[in-house]
Amino acid sequence: VRSLRVRLLIAFTLLTGFTAAAVSGMMYVNARDEILRQVQDAAVQEFQNEVATATTLDDVITALSDREDAVIVFYRGRSARPNTPAVSEELRWLVRTGYVAWQRVETLGHVSLVIGTRVGAVEIYVIRSLSTVEVGVSDLSSLAWATGSGAVLVATLLALYAAWSVLRPVRDLNTAALRLGQGDLTSRVPVRGKDELATVATTFNNTAAALEKQVADAKRFVADVSHELRTPLAAMTAVTDILDEEAPRLGSDAGKAAELVSQETRNLTRLVNDLMEISRFDAGAAALTVAEVDVPATVTATVRTRGWLEQVVLDLQPVTARLDPRRLDVIVANLVGNALRHGAPPVTVRLSAERGWLSITVRDSGPGLAPDVLPQVFNRFYKADTARSRTEGSGLGLAIAWENAELHHGSLFAANHPDGGAVFTLHLPLTDGAP
Amino acid sequence: MSRVLLIEDDQAVRDGLHLALTRQGHAVRAVATGEQGLARLAEADVVVLDLMLPGIDGFEVCRRIRAGSDLPIIMLTARSDDMDVVAGLEAGADDYVVKPVRPRVLEARIRAVLRRGAAEPARQSTERHRDLVIDRAGLVVHKNGTTIGLAPTELRLLLELSSSPGRVLSRQQLLESVWEHGYLGDSRLVDACVQRLRSKIEDDPASPAYVQTVRGFGYRFGPL
Repeated sequence: VRSLRVRLLIAFTLLTGFTAAAVSGMMYVNARDEILRQVQDAAVQEFQNEVATATTLDDVITALSDREDAVIVFYRGRSARPNTPAVSEELRWLVRTGYVAWQRVETLGHVSLVIGTRVGAVEIYVIRSLSTVEVGVSDLSSLAWATGSGAVLVATLLALYAAWSVLRPVRDLNTAALRLGQGDLTSRVPVRGKDELATVATTFNNTAAALEKQVADAKRFVADVSHELRTPLAAMTAVTDILDEEAPRLGSDAGKAAELVSQETRNLTRLVNDLMEISRFDAGAAALTVAEVDVPATVTATVRTRGWLEQVVLDLQPVTARLDPRRLDVIVANLVGNALRHGAPPVTVRLSAERGWLSITVRDSGPGLAPDVLPQVFNRFYKADTARSRTEGSGLGLAIAWENAELHHGSLFAANHPDGGAVFTLHLPLTDGAP
Repeated sequence: MSRVLLIEDDQAVRDGLHLALTRQGHAVRAVATGEQGLARLAEADVVVLDLMLPGIDGFEVCRRIRAGSDLPIIMLTARSDDMDVVAGLEAGADDYVVKPVRPRVLEARIRAVLRRGAAEPARQSTERHRDLVIDRAGLVVHKNGTTIGLAPTELRLLLELSSSPGRVLSRQQLLESVWEHGYLGDSRLVDACVQRLRSKIEDDPASPAYVQTVRGFGYRFGPL
């Protein structure tokens, strides 16, 4: 059996069952023998005192009358019931030899004591029923069974409790390890007592804390680097417009170089801005600035200000929602931008609302996403097309869109449309959680 | 042509912005510290101010400028969604831009804060709203006979709101008409400016009569 709990339970029950059986059984046997011996001794003693001391038949008959016991008498080997099985040949031989002898016999499940003596040529056997004693012994047996079963039952319950209490830290550890594996780096287990399991729990907690710190350090490093990159980028960005204006006049090589520097400065700025944005989510510093928002107007503005109106089909129902307009803009811009870059135009944006949620779908007319890409599409810097190592996007757009949806207690899914093309579906609550 | 006072401690950023703004036709005076900047306020029409400065920081520079003048102030900040923006606006800045900023964006903001009049031409030069007299042509506001000193954005906000008394204007509408921001402006600009405006024109800024808040929608001038 694989389960530790079942093994513990079986071991406990077997141990208790065996002990209970041994103790009760031995007690039962000893007690029964002792009871029978006492009854027997008393009967024999009485017989010896009253019957065996008689010297004449008259005395014997006087002693035997007014008794409930059956009496069998042999005279010169003959009897009224000569073949009675109760009196064995062995016993008769002993009695004939001159002893007062007795024997316990069992006939048809009925136990009797046969005591015999000889007076001259007469053998006298008294058969005394032991059935009243049998009832007592049977009670003893029932009691032994009841005690044993009770002990096993209590032991099983105790075993269940013991298994539960011993295995609780194991279960806690398992749950915590699962959560850690799923990315919850704050996962810890309660440390109880000072046993071996407590040591394991402490080790687990220390390991998880070290891991959490390392990840936090790495993320803080990214945030710090991005921040440091900002100042030189601010200086470069300030002069890119000048480079753009002068490039045509610079001659072919210098002009191309100026355009390249200008363009890459803008790309680098976007990358650094996106890194800082995602760092804020990692640090838990991202906050919602909620306002009453005309959603179709915002979506239209997002598409219009980026010059995408020509390539995008808008199908927007009137919806008002309480959300962060800047973050909605970021989500929609990243989804539409991604669809235009990686899919094919036309891109369709649909907005609808029902049952307290708004839904925005962005569908492109490209080939759709490969099945192995779908689960990873919101990962940072995930590139579906390895041949194209770097595109216009920072590689963080969809990850940022996903974080923004989460921040609104909404959700963002990627899928393929049955008629072709990738579909991204955004669900956001119409109110900011206020009941 | 306008005179821009640029207060920025990083030399590369200062040089870059100096170059770009000069090229757009501004007379730029660039300094590295708040102290140097405060000494040259008289020569400027608009201040472009970095918040992170050695010595006295940008917030303090902002407060000191506001204590003595209504010079328009544009903050340069590292992030748009942190407390610095709110603190800067409360200290009296009119607008902010996030670094790295493209010169044409900064240029548009400078133009907007320097524009003193209302977007629409005045129908009538002088209006009276209870104790408040607004001279739309002269761009002067009097209250009980006393001239009220308003920063350019505060004046434009008041002109915009008072041009249609009783009508609710959303923060986005005000951002577009007063600050000339695109669709997704930062509504905190409006809120901070309304606070400053109330502290100057209201009898009791805690229960405003002129600029009233309409919860969930925006602001309204009156009804008085």
